[in-house]
Amino acid sequence: MRGLSWMQMGPPDPILGVTEAFKRDTNPKKMNLGVGAYRDDKGKPFVLSCVRKAEALIAAKQLDKEYLPIGGLGDFTKACAQLALGANNEVLSSGRNITVQTISGTGSLRIGANFLSRFHGGSRDVYLPKPSWGNHTPIFRDAGMQLKAYRYYDPSTCGFDFRGALEDISKIPEQSVILLHACAHNPTGVDPKQEQWKEISDIVKKRNLLVFFDMAYQGFASGDIDRDAWAVRYFIEQGHNILLSQSFAKNMGLYGERVGGFTVVCKDIEESKRVESQLKILIRPIYSNPPMNGARIATTILNTPELRLLWLEEVHGMANRIIKMREQLVAGLKKSGSSHNWQHVIDQIGMFCFTGLKPEQVERLTKEFSVYMTKDGRISMAGISSGNVGYLAEGIHAVTK
Amino acid sequence: LEPFVLRSWWGGVQMGPPDPILGVTEAFKRDTNPKKMNLGVGAYRDDKGKPFVLSCVRKAEALIAAKQLDKEYLPIGGLGDFTKACAQLALGANNEVLSSGRNITVQTISGTGSLRIGANFLSRFHGGSRDVYLPKPSWGNHTPIFRDAGMQLKAYRYYDPSTCGFDFRGALEDISKIPEQSVILLHACAHNPTGVDPKQEQWKEISDIVKKRNLLVFFDMAYQGFASGDIDRDAWAVRYFIEQGHNILLSQSFAKNMGLYGERVGGFTVVCKDIEESKRVESQLKILIRPIYSNPPMNGARIATTILNTPELRLLWLEEVHGMANRIIKMREQLVAGLKKSGSSHNWQHVIDQIGMFCFTGLKPEQVERLTKEFSVYMTKDGRISMAGISSGNVGYLAEGIHAVTK
Repeated sequence: MRGLSWMQMGPPDPILGVTEAFKRDTNPKKMNLGVGAYRDDKGKPFVLSCVRKAEALIAAKQLDKEYLPIGGLGDFTKACAQLALGANNEVLSSGRNITVQTISGTGSLRIGANFLSRFHGGSRDVYLPKPSWGNHTPIFRDAGMQLKAYRYYDPSTCGFDFRGALEDISKIPEQSVILLHACAHNPTGVDPKQEQWKEISDIVKKRNLLVFFDMAYQGFASGDIDRDAWAVRYFIEQGHNILLSQSFAKNMGLYGERVGGFTVVCKDIEESKRVESQLKILIRPIYSNPPMNGARIATTILNTPELRLLWLEEVHGMANRIIKMREQLVAGLKKSGSSHNWQHVIDQIGMFCFTGLKPEQVERLTKEFSVYMTKDGRISMAGISSGNVGYLAEGIHAVTK
Repeated sequence: LEPFVLRSWWGGVQMGPPDPILGVTEAFKRDTNPKKMNLGVGAYRDDKGKPFVLSCVRKAEALIAAKQLDKEYLPIGGLGDFTKACAQLALGANNEVLSSGRNITVQTISGTGSLRIGANFLSRFHGGSRDVYLPKPSWGNHTPIFRDAGMQLKAYRYYDPSTCGFDFRGALEDISKIPEQSVILLHACAHNPTGVDPKQEQWKEISDIVKKRNLLVFFDMAYQGFASGDIDRDAWAVRYFIEQGHNILLSQSFAKNMGLYGERVGGFTVVCKDIEESKRVESQLKILIRPIYSNPPMNGARIATTILNTPELRLLWLEEVHGMANRIIKMREQLVAGLKKSGSSHNWQHVIDQIGMFCFTGLKPEQVERLTKEFSVYMTKDGRISMAGISSGNVGYLAEGIHAVTK
C-alpha cells in the first residue's frame, strides 16, 4: 500500500493554537484574548437580535434551496455594494461596479487574489502593510502573487508610521497592487486619520497603484457605518478604480454563515460586464455558487427598514462596548500604578489592540495569569468584560513594571 | 497618459464565453410557449415541476431553530459531527477505515468545493503525476476544477454512443495504458452526464486493472441514494475499492440527495495508510483551506447532521430519497412507453438502463436543435436531458417531440 510517509505535519495555526492552550488551562480566571470574535459583557458569543428576527422572517417564507447564481444572491450583492459605497454613489448608478457574493472576507480576498493573478498583467506584487492579518500572505501567495510590504505600524509610538508609509509607498513600482485596511486595522487597531488618507491617496495615484481595500469591520470600528467606509468612498471619488473585500462576519455576527462580497470598480458598465463574466469563470471551478443562508439573513436586515435600524443600533452597541473596555483597561492600568503611556489602547480602534507587550512579557502574562493572546502582543478587546478588565490590568502591569 | 479617473485596469479582460448549461435556462426563460420544458437543469423537480424541499429538511430546520444556536466559526475542517456522519454514510458505519481512524474527512462547499480541495491537494502533494484521467465524457466542470488547480487532464473511454451504454472494453484498454501513479477519477454512481454506470462485475475488473497500474483513485459521489434509491447500493463501488486496498480520495455532495443545493454541503475524504498519516494529511488540508475560505458555512452542515443523526429523520430521509429516485425511474419508463406509443421504431432501452438524474438520449445536435425550435424542449447540445424536468403531465409531449425529430 502506497503511503504518504514523506508528507510533513504542517505547523499548527498560531491563533487557533492560542485557543487550544486556553481550553486546556484550568485557572478559573483565565482569559482568551486570541479569539477574533465579539463577546458580550458576560464573555458569551452574541447573536444579534436583528439576525434572529431576520431568521424568523425567512423561516416563515418557507423558501426553496435552489442554487444561487454563480455571483450570488442578486439582492444581496446590490445591498452589499450600497452599504460600502453609499446608496447614492455614482459608481452604483452608472452600474460600473461588479459585486459578487463570496465566502466571507477570506473568500472575497481569495477571489480577488485569483483574479489579479489571472488578469493583472501589470505586476505580480501585492504590498501589505507591516504587519497585516496573518492570512493575507497565504491567500495571495497561494493565488500566485508575490508579497511585499510597506511600513505601517510604529512600535515606538504604538501608532501609525505615517512618514514611513509614505516613503515606502512612494517607492512602490507602478501598477503594483497595494492592500489597504479600510478601518480597524488588523492586528494593530491603528488607522490613518482622514488627512493622512488623503495624502496616501495622492501618492498611490502618483505611483499608479492598483488599490485593494479590505473592509472586514464596517460599522464595527467607530460604530458608524458611513464613517468606517470613509476611506473607501474617498478613494473612489478620487478616481481610484478599486478592488474591495467586505465581510459580514463581525458587523452582523454572521461568522459561521460565511457572508461577504467582492467588488471591482470598473471604468464603465461595459468593462464591468467583461469582468463579471471572468469572475464567474473563476468562481465556478472553486465552489460553483455561494451558500444561501447567511446572504438571505444579511439581505433581509439591510432591506427591511426596522431591522436595518436595529442592526445599526446593535453594531453601535458592540463598538461602544469595545471602546468602553479600552477606557476601563487604561483606567485599570493607571489604578494598578503603571507609569507607562497606555494612550494607544484608547487611540487604537476596532476588535484588536496592539499592546506593545514583548514576547517575554506575553509569555509571562500567559504563564502567570492565564491570559492568552498571540505572541505579537495583540489582544482581542472582545475577550474583555467589565468583570475581568481589572484582572487583566493587574496582569499587564505586573509584567511591564 | 489618460487622466487618472479614466484609466482602466481591465481593458485586456475579454468577455468570457457564456456557461453552456445556464445558457439553456436563459433561452428557456425567454420562450413564451406554454408547453415549454427545461431539461437542462440538474436539480430535482417534483411531479408538478416544482423545486422540492424534503420534509426531513424542514423538520431538521425546525429542530435547529428551536436550539437558538450561536454562529461562531466552525473549525477549518468543518463541523465535527458532520464530517463523522458524512464519512459513515459513504463508507458504512462499520467500516474498518472509520474504526481505525485512518480517514480524514473535511466539510466542503458541496461537491465542487470538495473536488477543488482534492485537486489543490493533489497539485501540492501528489508527486507521482500531474495527470488526472476523466471518463469520456465527464461533468463539464471537472476539467476547469483540475486545470485551475494545476493538474493536467486526460481521458479514458467510457461512453459508447453506438449502444448508449458503457464501453467496458474500451475503458479497460485505456486504463491499462495509464502511466503509474496517475490519478483516475471515477463516478461512484449515476454517471454525469450519461447515466451509464458499470455493473458490479465490471467494477471488479476496473479495480483490478487500476491496482495493477498503481493508480490513485479519486471517487466523485454526488448522487448517493439518488441513483438507485438505496444509499448502500449506490456506495457499493466506493466500499469495494476500499476493501480491495485502494486508499482513495472521495468527494461527496448533499446537494441532490438531501436537496440542499444552495446550502453547499459536501465532504472530502482521504483514506490514508493509518491514523498517523491521516493526522499529517489533515494538517496540510487545513493549511490549504484556510487561505481559500477559512472555514465552511454552518447552516447546511447542521441540517445534514441533524438528519443523519436523528433516527426518525434519517428514516424519513431514506424514504424521501427513495421517492425521488423512484419518480425518476418512473419517468424513464413512461418516456419509453410514450415513444413506443408514438410509433418510434428505435431502441430506447438505454433510457431505462441509464440511472440517476440525467439521460444521454443519443439525439444528435441537429435533432436537439429541432426539438428546441419546434417543441420548446430545452436541453444541452450533447443530447443530455435532466429526468427531473419531466413530469407525468408532460412526458407524453416530450415523447411525441423526440419521436418527431428521430423518425
